Amino acid sequence: MRKRTAAVFLAPFVLLFAGFFVAPILYALAQSFTAVERSGLLGLHGQSTRFAGLANYGKALSDPGFVESLGRILLYAAIMVPLMVVGSTVLALILEAGMARWPRFFRTSFFLPYGIPGVIASIMWGFLYAPGTSPFTPVFAAFGIETDLLGPGTVFWSIMNIVVWLFVGYNMLVVVAQLQSIPRTLYEAARIDGAGRWGVAWRIQIPLLRPALVLITVFTIIGSLQLFNEPLVLLQLSSGISTTYTPTLTAYHDAFNSNDMALAAAESIILALVTAVLSFGFLRFVGRGRR
Amino acid sequence: MRTVGLRWLTTVLLLVLAAYFLLPLYWLIVAATKNTGDLINSSPLWFANPQLWTNLGDLFAFGDGIYLRWILNSVIYSGLGAAGATLIAACAGYAMAKCEFRGREALFNVILAGVLLPTTAIGLPLFLLMSDAGLANTYWAVLLPSLVSPFGVYLSRVYAATVPDDVLDAARADGAGEWRIFLTIALKIMSPAMVTIFLFQFIGIWNNYFLPLVMLSDTSLYPLTLGLTSWQGFADREPILQTLVVVGSFVSVIPLIVLSGGLQRFWRAGLTEGSVRE
Repeated sequence: MRKRTAAVFLAPFVLLFAGFFVAPILYALAQSFTAVERSGLLGLHGQSTRFAGLANYGKALSDPGFVESLGRILLYAAIMVPLMVVGSTVLALILEAGMARWPRFFRTSFFLPYGIPGVIASIMWGFLYAPGTSPFTPVFAAFGIETDLLGPGTVFWSIMNIVVWLFVGYNMLVVVAQLQSIPRTLYEAARIDGAGRWGVAWRIQIPLLRPALVLITVFTIIGSLQLFNEPLVLLQLSSGISTTYTPTLTAYHDAFNSNDMALAAAESIILALVTAVLSFGFLRFVGRGRR
Repeated sequence: MRTVGLRWLTTVLLLVLAAYFLLPLYWLIVAATKNTGDLINSSPLWFANPQLWTNLGDLFAFGDGIYLRWILNSVIYSGLGAAGATLIAACAGYAMAKCEFRGREALFNVILAGVLLPTTAIGLPLFLLMSDAGLANTYWAVLLPSLVSPFGVYLSRVYAATVPDDVLDAARADGAGEWRIFLTIALKIMSPAMVTIFLFQFIGIWNNYFLPLVMLSDTSLYPLTLGLTSWQGFADREPILQTLVVVGSFVSVIPLIVLSGGLQRFWRAGLTEGSVRE
């Protein structure tokens, strides 16, 4: 293919990518270094933008609400990543080992929630959590445990449950796909060498699953740090969630309720940096271990 | 004997798990048949005075049938967005597989890094850019960003690489133009990838909440997700909305469940290619 032709084929994507991925990031970066000044009484005499250096970053990082939300989301990710990786791997190994009946039914029912939007899932689980309508609280009460699934301490875990429910089946399929690409001859060789079911899982399947597990880990890191939909929907139902519950919620709130776009931009950039450091850091870490 | 026991034990264990995954959907079916009083006061997991048809009637009648409009909007955003994104990604992936140019790998890596960007970091500034362009609060504000699928370019490139060069050269020797070659030969070979890209992008746009939330203020432009949460926000003042949110969620989930059943048939193509690389 000639280069001119290739350029024509590439142009639509590259233009859209530049306009809707690259430009916004650069714009946010530029904006995060500015401050808007309103002049005159009540700011009625127009406003001007000036360079503010790192002032917005300082403001964000000295705001206890934002810092707390960063800490909360890092804790959330630290629990969610292993939970998701182990959960999806175990489900996939059990299904693929042919240890149970009706594997197709199980695969479909585990995967089904993936098709449901996060906000709809949160509305449904909201009813299943809320004290008046929950089918679970009476069960807990029967065991003598009085619990409010939307209470300040528990709602963190309740949100985590919604996200696991939504995505563990999808990640399970990623692992299943990788498992199915393992050549049959490897299993036979292992059996001849006298490996049992556990031996096969440990020595052959888990090492060969590495690419799938890396993929799941990276996407779970990114998804966890951006947590937004679930707490936003549950915000109305739970006293345990504030408008600064996660960094994304804080940025959204600062942008549209406090009308401070520059601060929101700085907060988004901080979150993007944390995400990049963790995901690229993880990729480098596993890349080095490989060589 | 021992294996038979183990087999039943795992089956029972998986049945419990299946119940966990299906319970909220079962709850949704039951709740969609209830009136507002029963939604709060009756047993959550069993039927009480079922009135699904009344609820459906109310759902589609409320606010001059705004719910139907939201369905239509979701179909427009997801259908057009996914179709456009698939075609655009296929073109780009094909060019990247079949033409060597300077900076190709660098460009490819930048595109892949796009997957890692948090949507918020993009969404907020994008709103300001769209406002400046006069496009905020229009269909374009949601549609245009939905046309970009970095994953689609990646998958298209993998599949386009399997299109044999001598077939392309033969077609060129016969005088076929590059577009015709792409449309008649390359796309046919890339079609499994394209189905996968379309389905993933469709579900991705359908489930996307942040972008429409930031971009749209006019309720008649809302997709389903945004419309239903806006109803939920008003449910304190208008109790009937509580029922409508549940029935509306029920209706909106049906096509997605059908689609993700279909997606399962194609997941292999997308997921393995996506993970085999590293």
